[in-house]
Amino acid sequence: MTAAVRRRRADASSGRNRAPVLFVVPAVVAVGFLAVPLVGLLGRTPWTSMATELATPRVLEALRLSLVCSLGAVGISLLLGVPLAFVLARFEFPGRNLVRALTTLPMVLPPVVGGVALLLAFGRRGLAGQWLDRALGITLPFTTTGAILAEAFVAMPFLVITTEAGLRAMDRRFEDAAATLGAGRWTTFRRVTLPLVAPSLGAGAALCWARALGEFGATITFAGNLPGVTQTMPLAVYLALETDLDAAIALSLVLLAISLAVLVALRDRWFPTA
Amino acid sequence: MLRTRIRLAAMLAVALVLAACGGDDEPSGGTSASPGELRVFAAASLTAAFGKLGEQFTAANGGTKVTFNFAGSQALATQIQQGAPADVFASADTTNMDKVKDLVGAPQVFAGNLLQIVVEKGNPKGVKGLDDLASSDLKVVLAAEEVPAGRYAKQILDQAGASVQPVSQEDNVKAVVTKVSLGEADAGIVYATDVTAGGDKVEGVDIPREQNVVAAYPIATVEASRTQDQAQAFVDLVRSAEGQGVLQSFGFLPPPTS
Repeated sequence: MTAAVRRRRADASSGRNRAPVLFVVPAVVAVGFLAVPLVGLLGRTPWTSMATELATPRVLEALRLSLVCSLGAVGISLLLGVPLAFVLARFEFPGRNLVRALTTLPMVLPPVVGGVALLLAFGRRGLAGQWLDRALGITLPFTTTGAILAEAFVAMPFLVITTEAGLRAMDRRFEDAAATLGAGRWTTFRRVTLPLVAPSLGAGAALCWARALGEFGATITFAGNLPGVTQTMPLAVYLALETDLDAAIALSLVLLAISLAVLVALRDRWFPTA
Repeated sequence: MLRTRIRLAAMLAVALVLAACGGDDEPSGGTSASPGELRVFAAASLTAAFGKLGEQFTAANGGTKVTFNFAGSQALATQIQQGAPADVFASADTTNMDKVKDLVGAPQVFAGNLLQIVVEKGNPKGVKGLDDLASSDLKVVLAAEEVPAGRYAKQILDQAGASVQPVSQEDNVKAVVTKVSLGEADAGIVYATDVTAGGDKVEGVDIPREQNVVAAYPIATVEASRTQDQAQAFVDLVRSAEGQGVLQSFGFLPPPTS
């Protein structure tokens, strides 16, 4: 290490390092760009009538439905996503990278495209949907179950990826120790692995939940829009925007508050203050 | 030292943003398209007919490009209220035109449209009229009540005393046709022109005239437009004999006289 580098590092750790103006200007613009919309939202919020805006049956219905659907999506994701993360993290099998890519695809896929794909797969005429309809009489579009599936489709990758990373990072010697002490695979997983990856699992679930809560495109495309059945908060915001701006802003604020709460809850994980 | 630097940077940043915002105040302070381009905000049901009229307008006006924003009229009205750059607004109802009446010139009704029940090709569920839509084993999709087509549909169903429980309220009328043509829904109420535009996957079941309503489509130039002449020229084309011919070839009616 040269003296110059050593000095710079020392400056950085003692806080004497100055960010160059060349970087600070765009950085400040970036912060402004991200913050101004929030200020705009807060500035236009009808604080005095906020309570009445939020207490309308339509809003309460959307809130309730959003909670049901997003928690349902998290439930499905935990049930299917945790085993998937475990398999991806611990076992070598042909096509594992392909499976991993497939798993993360919904994260980068435009949600509306996801909705169309879901329709073509699970719609009444869809690949699997026509079978469901004929054999079991189940149709998914336009149902709350459909909305849950749409949200799970979009949100599950967040849980899988975060959990898989946690599984890879954990110290496997604890598992080995448990095994030597006679614990079976299931006991080891339940009593050793799960508690050890709990922080990752929790963060993944929170991310997954936040994403499900905000889901719009896949939901409106696959599940449609009906108050009390498939009209979740983001759909209600979108439609309210076209008729009742104040209601839309009030709803947006609720979603913003929830997002902030998730951020605060996960702050130690994302912004470690070492 | 660090403080002053950050303050300096912040001032620079603010200046930069202000400069960027101020840039298009010149020369006339509008927010609309540059000359040579016309932005038409039109009801989703006008998609095909206005597409054709746009081509004719471009051909007749030295290549002036017409850019369309097709969506539910309620969405377009909101966008115009929020300052979206529109030169012309064509709504599927007078309600949404009234919402922006302070921002547009005098609206003129230029077309009418009847509503029709849309079903899958071959009408597999044997829908004959409005009463059939109330059947519980029929999946009916309507436009949301905020959408003109949804409001017209509600009006028709209320008048007929048919209590229909839709499985979804779509954000614009074209989405209703899509859900039926995909086979996800059995029936919907849309404009007759949407059934025609829906192609060979759907067909229409007429709603008797005495139960039907005639949708009135108003059009107006947007006052913030920087290309008033072009905007007016487009409105004139729509209302001309030529424009009316095109609209009627897509199934629109002459403007209702009321």
